[in-house]
Amino acid sequence: MANLLSIITFTPLVAAAIMALFLRGDDPAARRNAKWLALLATTATFVVSLFLIAGFDPAAPGFQFVEERTWVLGLRYKVGIDGISILFVMLTTFLMPLVIASAWEVEHRVKEYMVAFLVLESLMIGVFVALDLVLFYLFFEAGLIPMFLIIGIWGGKDRIYAAFKFFLYTFLGSVLMLVAMVGMYVEAGTTDIAALLRHEFPAGPVTILGWQIVGGMQTLLWIAFFASFAVKMPMWPVHTWLPDAHVQAPTAGSVVLAAILLKMGGYGFLRFSLPMFPVASDLMAPFVLWLSAIAIVYTSLVALAQTDMKKLIAYSSVAHMGYVTMGIFAANQQGLDGAIFQMLSHGFISGALFLCVGVIYDRMHTREIDAYGGLVNRMPAYAAVFMLFTMANVGLPGTSGFIGEFLTLAGAFQANTWIATVAATGVILSAAYALWLYRRVVFGDLIKAALKSIEDMDRREKAIFAPLVAATIILGVYPSLATDIVSPAVSSLLTEYHASLPAGGDLRLAQH
Amino acid sequence: MTGTADLLILLPELVLAVFAMAALLAAVYTEKDGLTPLLIWATAGMFLLVAFWIGVQPAGARAAFGGMVVDDAFARFAKVTILLSAAAVLMMSQDYLIRRGLGRFEYPVLITLAVVGMMLMVSAADLMTLYVGLELMSLSLYVVAALRRDSVKSTEAGLKYFVLGALSSGILLYGASLTYGYAGTTSFAGILSTLDAEVPLGLLFGLVFMLAGLAFKVSAAPFHMWTPDVYEGAPTPVTAFFATAPKVAAMALMARLAFDAFGAIPGDWGQVVAALAVASMFLGAIAAIGQRDIKRLMAYSSIAHMGFALMGLAAAAAGDPRVAAAGVQATLIYMAIYVVMNIGTFAFVLSMERDGRPVTDIAGLNQFASREPTKALCLLLLMFSLAGVPPLLGFFGKFAVLKAAVDAGMAWLAVAGAIASVIGAFYYLRIVYFMYFGREAEVLDSRMAPAQWLTLTLASAAMLAGILNLFGVEPLAAMAADSLVR
Repeated sequence: MANLLSIITFTPLVAAAIMALFLRGDDPAARRNAKWLALLATTATFVVSLFLIAGFDPAAPGFQFVEERTWVLGLRYKVGIDGISILFVMLTTFLMPLVIASAWEVEHRVKEYMVAFLVLESLMIGVFVALDLVLFYLFFEAGLIPMFLIIGIWGGKDRIYAAFKFFLYTFLGSVLMLVAMVGMYVEAGTTDIAALLRHEFPAGPVTILGWQIVGGMQTLLWIAFFASFAVKMPMWPVHTWLPDAHVQAPTAGSVVLAAILLKMGGYGFLRFSLPMFPVASDLMAPFVLWLSAIAIVYTSLVALAQTDMKKLIAYSSVAHMGYVTMGIFAANQQGLDGAIFQMLSHGFISGALFLCVGVIYDRMHTREIDAYGGLVNRMPAYAAVFMLFTMANVGLPGTSGFIGEFLTLAGAFQANTWIATVAATGVILSAAYALWLYRRVVFGDLIKAALKSIEDMDRREKAIFAPLVAATIILGVYPSLATDIVSPAVSSLLTEYHASLPAGGDLRLAQH
Repeated sequence: MTGTADLLILLPELVLAVFAMAALLAAVYTEKDGLTPLLIWATAGMFLLVAFWIGVQPAGARAAFGGMVVDDAFARFAKVTILLSAAAVLMMSQDYLIRRGLGRFEYPVLITLAVVGMMLMVSAADLMTLYVGLELMSLSLYVVAALRRDSVKSTEAGLKYFVLGALSSGILLYGASLTYGYAGTTSFAGILSTLDAEVPLGLLFGLVFMLAGLAFKVSAAPFHMWTPDVYEGAPTPVTAFFATAPKVAAMALMARLAFDAFGAIPGDWGQVVAALAVASMFLGAIAAIGQRDIKRLMAYSSIAHMGFALMGLAAAAAGDPRVAAAGVQATLIYMAIYVVMNIGTFAFVLSMERDGRPVTDIAGLNQFASREPTKALCLLLLMFSLAGVPPLLGFFGKFAVLKAAVDAGMAWLAVAGAIASVIGAFYYLRIVYFMYFGREAEVLDSRMAPAQWLTLTLASAAMLAGILNLFGVEPLAAMAADSLVR
């Protein structure tokens, strides 16, 4: 199949179009049809995407499954995947059926809700497979619209504020990126990502308004891209939109946001910042590493102080994304492997944690930690699942969370011992907030009157968690499943990266 | 000198002019305004027919009347765009006019005459034709702006438009006379041939005055002052017409004048056009933020959009003909997309009413989505597209002009455009905000005429479907641009 990637990218969009055009009315039958159609489409997408894994050759250099055709206005439609992006595509297609299933109980404008998620899936896959700068930007930006609507229409009480904050933060960031893309096009004369990866952007110092800029054009472009990806990631101190967005978003929206949308920032660093602007990345690496270390410690402390479960998990997400940026800018094999692995595993774990919150929120309609306690007495299955993911979030060996944290810390240790030391305290802090949350919600006596009649998970909810549990444990005990695909791509990226640095300029590695 | 061949080239215009007069006679000799609904449909049908006729004309350029008029791919592209948009505006405004007691038979007749004027403008190859076409269009438009005779606002709009329009015509005429004085000829080709040697200062003055006069017509800042008041005061169908066809005609005429008459000194008009572009983009984006009236808002929006279209023209001032053609092509594509977006939006504005009275305050859209989800979604698509949010069609228009500017070595202009579009995104988003998240308030009536409903749905569907191949407009615009930039 020559156009497998296009099929995967656009299947959800076609389903959304069918749903929007042909599904009429808002009676229970129409709602049921909308849900089943969405589930069918996302599952089909996942099944088709398995062919990608089957046909993918990790050892082959460059991009595979490449499709290229001319489009309008001199633009080209070019897609393809390498060892890095294939995992993100798989993560997206794997999670979306679960997201749809988790939204089964929604009553308000069901058809539109499903359409929004299907459109969003197409756009997210598009971001990961796009091999043209403009195409990437199109998908990256367009994803804002459905997410904006998901938060704004189906969100909580302060959804308007959160939706606008989300939109403006990310929109401002990406406008700078657009300007940088114009600059890259002017410099390299092409928007083909594969060609841009080979192009050497000038790194000689330039003077602007009397300020000398070391690293020249690379630094300027790097900063513009960083503005966009750091917001998306989100990195401290531009993370403040995330807790608001998470708290107000509906459960399924939170899952998509945490599990997939946040990964676009990390993917952007891996696809653009590091390989295209190596000199600037090397210059800015200490800055990013310190920001990451601060993020890990600071947001973990903030998480400790939260009274709202979703907010706590949102802050924990920011901390975990700190490990990702730390691993990426450590710029060595373990660091990058670990960063990608951490993103993958965080996709499962944070998604599952938001689903855990969703399960009890559906029953009690509150996210306050104080409203719960002693759930283990009436919800044993729930307690077991919640515990597994709490432990995975902490980074317990045997779960996928451990591998990611360990590899990124090992990578950071080679780059800068101090950073690794500071970041390692985050592991302790994450154990503190996660276990404390778990204790307050699940353990203790069931004394609150409202909880006396709470029901354990039904079959639908168990079915949603089962694949996530499996993925977390399998990747935890057999990480090579993912790292075997990633490592060749990472090592070729790193070879080129270090080759483009000026000789002797890579001082930070030489120290060790 | 004048032969049948010359008349044949102008036949579409002649047919329309004869049709207008026949319609006038028919209305006078029968029951006057009772004929209006029929007349509106007949005129729209006529426009569609003529558009099709022009569309299937053989390729190639032909001059008529001793080089007074030219018929080339560029003119045909502009004419088809003008005719189609005028037809769409007529069809969707029929219901509004009849229901508001504005069903005067003069309306379709005047619109037809204005369209004939526009067709002459885009075909002009001589300063005389340019002026005659421009005045035929303008005089018709002054009258339709004051169509609602018993309304102070409408007559004010008509008068304001007339006074400022006359001023701009005066400026244009002054520039034309200077040009004639220094070049010794009124024909574009003749002016072009005198530019080989040193360019006299008077000719440059002529050029600048003519550009200023045309900038009035496209409502580019700083010659935009009439736009918001006229848009607000004129009846909504007339506003919808103002926002579409005349803009295309004036923009095409500007390109025509710049290349056919002053193509040898692109640097001189390029600067002026670039300055107009930057001023319009920012003025349109910033001044619209404070507007509460959707018609005024659309006025500023069109000012900003004209800035973007002019950016393509500014890029066309680059010396390299390939780059210049790409710039003109970008402008044409931008105008085509702009027209579709505006027609869709005005189809909605025409239907905005509460208890049978028209509403133009954007706060009236509060919670509209909960009452009318489909229409709200259509308007949402159009608003996001006007804002240039990817992946909708509006983004591709912006992308075309930005790319043209970058290719022409005017990256600063592209960056300015990107910034202006972000500022501008705010007020389009606010309309979406009111519709989806606004306070609970009295919702608008859900009544909408079938023609309006059809136009709105088609235009918003085009915002999505167009991204596949821009409906094949791209190669047509390329042909048009090539015929202009030789």
